[in-house]
Amino acid sequence: MERFTVVKSKAVPLDRVNVDTDQIVPKQFLKLIERTGFGKYLFYDWRFDSNGRPRADFVLNNEKYAHRQIMLARDNFGSGSSREHAAWAIRDYGFRAVIAPSFADIFYNNCFKNGILPVRLHKDEVDYLFSNEDMEIEIDLPKQIATAGGRKLGFEIDDFRKKLLLEGLDSIGLTLELDNQIAEYEKCNNTFVPSAG
Amino acid sequence: MVYEKQGGPSLLYIDRHLVHEVTSPQAFDGLRMNNRRVRRPELTFATMDHNVPTSERSLPIVDQISSVQIEALAKNCKEFGITLFDMHSADQGIVHVIGPELGLTLPGTTVVCGDSHTSTHGAFGAFALGIGTSEVEHVLATQCMWMDKPKTFAVSLSGKRRNPHAVTAKDMMLYIIRNIGTAGGTGCVFEFRGEAISDLSMENRMTICNMSIEAGARAGLVAPDEKTFDFVAGKRYAPKGDGFDRAVAYWKSLATDPNARFDKSVEFSISSLAPQVSWGTNPGMVVDVTGKVPDPDEYSKGNDNERKAAVRALEYMSLEPGTPITDIRLDRVFIGSCTNSRFEDLAEACLVVKGRRVSPNVRAMVVPGSQQVKLAAEQAGLDIVFKDAGFEWRESGCSMCLGMNPDILAPGERCASTSNRNFEGRQGTGGRTHLASPVMAAAAAIEGHFVDVRDWL
Repeated sequence: MERFTVVKSKAVPLDRVNVDTDQIVPKQFLKLIERTGFGKYLFYDWRFDSNGRPRADFVLNNEKYAHRQIMLARDNFGSGSSREHAAWAIRDYGFRAVIAPSFADIFYNNCFKNGILPVRLHKDEVDYLFSNEDMEIEIDLPKQIATAGGRKLGFEIDDFRKKLLLEGLDSIGLTLELDNQIAEYEKCNNTFVPSAG
Repeated sequence: MVYEKQGGPSLLYIDRHLVHEVTSPQAFDGLRMNNRRVRRPELTFATMDHNVPTSERSLPIVDQISSVQIEALAKNCKEFGITLFDMHSADQGIVHVIGPELGLTLPGTTVVCGDSHTSTHGAFGAFALGIGTSEVEHVLATQCMWMDKPKTFAVSLSGKRRNPHAVTAKDMMLYIIRNIGTAGGTGCVFEFRGEAISDLSMENRMTICNMSIEAGARAGLVAPDEKTFDFVAGKRYAPKGDGFDRAVAYWKSLATDPNARFDKSVEFSISSLAPQVSWGTNPGMVVDVTGKVPDPDEYSKGNDNERKAAVRALEYMSLEPGTPITDIRLDRVFIGSCTNSRFEDLAEACLVVKGRRVSPNVRAMVVPGSQQVKLAAEQAGLDIVFKDAGFEWRESGCSMCLGMNPDILAPGERCASTSNRNFEGRQGTGGRTHLASPVMAAAAAIEGHFVDVRDWL
């Protein structure tokens, strides 16, 4: 898995609450069987009109914001469907981090599996970043601090997820190291093995 | 619990893993790349539901890309030894409909699926979680999942519905989401409790738990009781004989302690609850059928971000504040989805459909949740009631809940839908979705606009 340590970039401001994963990647693009190449479908219906032409009023179509690696968002980002395609699209487009006051649980989890750091900041801090959108933000995962315009904004993250991201670890490999404990559990517990008998 | 650590996530054992075609191909690829096997194929079950057509099953699938995904699932199940209920199986259906139907969903078990509506299975007192594709791969390989201990959130419903045919479990849940918001349950697991929940049938409890995710919760549960055990008894994969009796004895021990303390709690009375209809683009944007499309200022109660969201929602939905809900005219009606496609949902809808005709301005379809539901409905003659009224009677699947198959709204079309999400474009790019119960959607199909079904029943 891809590592994350420090990312320094300006942010793309996406000033909407409750952005759901149906908007992040619309359903017509969920039929692919690969993990790659979803960046071109990111926010597809917001980026393009019904004739496939870019909508001038959408942030991702504004040259000014091109190549920025941080997305700045509002409350409850990533709500709705569990589709990991949303995280794949955000990463594939070039984002390394999303800053928001709150995230939906499944999306939050999916980010860590794909080298994306979701950063929860206080609502006032997020407002501050929105009102200074051309400011460089440095997100330092080891220190758990986002620095912007001289302000240091601390954020919480649990140690386990932090370690996975910092070291780019494969969580399946880690879990398989506990194979003995899993086998022991299986021996002692009833998992109601289905039987059609 | 396989492994527990203070201050970090615990390793949770997974008793049932349900798999479908959309969120699994990349997970199976990951296993292959790393030479990993599926640890417990006998605890893993798959079906094809999200993008299968609901037209005649003997015809080839027109959509080539869907077809590739469906074939990939068949190939993966064969290679990894997983039981698959494919498109031609008599047990095919929406993954959250067939799990309970086949007795795969049991009280006290952990259930995961790469689908956010896995919360449905919580109706049995199972701990059921929707997960992403990387987690699907992790569970396939290890039969376990890392998880932080969620917060507990008691949602208590008291009172008796005055008209239980007209005011349904769907209305109860839409009302809850309307009140606590689409992020109200973030980080939490709901326990739905109280007299009004105990009174519900298992199918109705599934409708409630299904939409836990629409309030942001990780999962939703109802304590198992006699209704639960009766439902499970005799199901194909459920324990049998002595095994069943032992299981029931264990399941009876699962209910929450009466003095338990929850991290959060809310309580609602449903005695005077009205049928609910969504007006906006998230499932918290809901009003009584007797109400009006709200003004964004009034809706947002001083929160500027929510006000902007409401303005945008009204623009997308092409609605004016102050419009009575019953004046909203519809082009389409969809009865189906993992929320409302079970036998009772269809039977309830038939109460208002029988002897009436679908409005000439409306195209209405019924998509049973599974082949078993479809068969049972046909044996009860429900298909005839629907067809005589002018509804399309289709094959089972997710269908127009998310429009991955050919069942979609055209841009600008307005639909009364028994599904769970009214997000922009959910049922088709540019389509406009109003969430409602099966009986409300059926009545709307007949009149061509929303009506208060309490006047009909």
